[in-house]
Amino acid sequence: MKPSPHIDFDRNAREALGNEFLQRALRSAMVRFRELQAPVIAEIPEWQALRAYAHEVKLHTLGRLDRYLQQLEQEVSARGGRVHWARDGGEAATIIARLARGRYVVKSKSMTSEEIHLNEALERAGCEVTEGDLGEYLIQLAGEAPSHIIAPVVHRSKESIAELLSAAAGTPLPAEPEVLTAAARRLLRQRFLRADVGITGVNFAVAETGTIVVVENEGNIRLTTSLPRIHIALMGIEKVIPRVADLAVFLTLLPRAATGQRMSSYVSFITGPRRPGEADGPEEFHLVIMDNGRARIQADAEMRESLACIRCGACLDVCPVFERTGGHAYESEYSGPIGAVITPLYRGLRAAGDLPFASSLCGACGEVCPVKIDLPRLLLELRARVVRERGASWSERIFVRAWTWVMTRPARLGFAARAARMLQRLVRRRLLPLPYPFSRWTVSRDLPVPPARAFRDGWSK
Amino acid sequence: MRAALFVTCLVDQLFPAAGEATMTVLRRLGVSVDVPIAQTCCGQVAFNDGFWDEARPLARRHLDIFEHADAVVAPSGSCAAMVREFYPMLLRDEPALMERAQAVGHRTYELSQFLVDVLGADDAGARFPHRVAYHPACHGLRALGLREQPLRLLGKVRDLEVRRLGGAEECCGFGGMFAVKFESLSSAMLDSKIRAIEGSGADYVTATDASCLMHIGGGLSRRASPIRPIHLAEILAAQ
Repeated sequence: MKPSPHIDFDRNAREALGNEFLQRALRSAMVRFRELQAPVIAEIPEWQALRAYAHEVKLHTLGRLDRYLQQLEQEVSARGGRVHWARDGGEAATIIARLARGRYVVKSKSMTSEEIHLNEALERAGCEVTEGDLGEYLIQLAGEAPSHIIAPVVHRSKESIAELLSAAAGTPLPAEPEVLTAAARRLLRQRFLRADVGITGVNFAVAETGTIVVVENEGNIRLTTSLPRIHIALMGIEKVIPRVADLAVFLTLLPRAATGQRMSSYVSFITGPRRPGEADGPEEFHLVIMDNGRARIQADAEMRESLACIRCGACLDVCPVFERTGGHAYESEYSGPIGAVITPLYRGLRAAGDLPFASSLCGACGEVCPVKIDLPRLLLELRARVVRERGASWSERIFVRAWTWVMTRPARLGFAARAARMLQRLVRRRLLPLPYPFSRWTVSRDLPVPPARAFRDGWSK
Repeated sequence: MRAALFVTCLVDQLFPAAGEATMTVLRRLGVSVDVPIAQTCCGQVAFNDGFWDEARPLARRHLDIFEHADAVVAPSGSCAAMVREFYPMLLRDEPALMERAQAVGHRTYELSQFLVDVLGADDAGARFPHRVAYHPACHGLRALGLREQPLRLLGKVRDLEVRRLGGAEECCGFGGMFAVKFESLSSAMLDSKIRAIEGSGADYVTATDASCLMHIGGGLSRRASPIRPIHLAEILAAQ
């Protein structure tokens, strides 16, 4: 794997903050998501217990992945499906490209396929690929990456979407959502009818029955999995769950946390290809089970729970940082708090080590996560790893070491505090500049007025 | 009841009035307060920034100093959460130390948490004739689960009018080193918070934490706003 380039999150954030349209669009979309989610979550009195249960199921399964994945393979095979194992994204893309070679493909929204840049691999194999999800289709037309796990095109205006669809339709379209959606539907319907191969992701793969479950709202996955002759589903190894009964919990949590729906409009349960006597469904069903770095995270006790993520996007919707940067600033398919955790794990601390620091540790993400991933803890763990393994900047090292040196002796603190107060007065009178990076405090904030004396100076009384 | 005051380094050095006020409130409610003279900093600054090796000696010192107190009270949800929630994580490779941390952690409280949950007191006997917006500081709110306690205390302060703060539970953007490392993001978050505070019609903005108030206050001062930051302890001490 070639080393990934360094992600300069601060620079990306500044750029996003300067984009007024993006700021308004993100704010209104995130507020809207939160307003939709809150009431349907509040109506489940056992919500906290369900979160805890889902967390337990995921952690239980992650501790026995070998067993459950083998069971999944057996059950899928027993029902006429074919299972393919992929060590990394390259292998997964090669397997899928081989199955689809030269054919016409429709693909549904899948974060895992984004992760491995599947469309590029398919195009290299001579396939024509169309994204079937409206947002992903627009992203594909624009040649961009999705900017939110479940709202991939949140960064674009309806005017810019009208331009994209007008070009695709070969006729000018007004910037009216209903007209644009109808146009996209007409364009996409032809593709679904023509497709030889349908590719989907997997929300849950049930080991005991070999069933994959896919959740959506547009019906495109239903078409993708029922019209083409071949269905290929791509999953990360962490998507397996033990029992059908567990879905009662996961399907209560996921739609509410993701889109604020009690249930998604379409929930497809797919168990093998079409059987004799059945009216629809593909002739071939392939399940590609991919590692791509997950087994390494599974073996990492402190980070393992990050694999429990069900890709609902709820942590993005409440994150005050994401709300101001959008997804592209993370330079990764996975953005927001979960992205700040898993991108460094996938790409390495050198490339993505800034991301865990790009958080005020407000904890909103950990509070909403429907599978109770302790995201603030994971961010803290990663910060410690970055300092230990990649190293911090020299100015930070000096600051922290000086701080701890001073704080280990009250006498040092007393002396340092008097000196600091003197210096602070000079800084406040602008006779002395603040040292970097503290100079960045005063870009938008005044320094506090230093008190005549510290609390400790009065202790003797 | 006896309690040790964990004054926190920030209150000690920059906001001593909040420390004095904490003493006043505790004493008024019949608590005899010890102030361990050797205390300095709990190590959160280093810990949050990833410098765990540097934070550990400070955690060890903190435990040495507060180990014998029946209860430890801090005018800060963030520093109390550091001891309660994060010391066990920081010290997990040293089982003996971690056990001590858990014991001290169970007895460490943020001020409003101590008053309401331990003393069962929601009236601090205060009078503060002003309009006040309450900003729930993140660590207190989410790491300690303090939702009702500060508001119950404010509700009993005579002549005080609590003004509704829009988006109250959104972070002010401080986050320690985050405020300088990601200055533009931090400032944008502060900007939203200050607009909400200005829209609340309050004369004062209060919180359980001096760090958030330093950040919010720095922004208010830069905008020459008449709204003043004030620590919750200072309101509860006022008569």
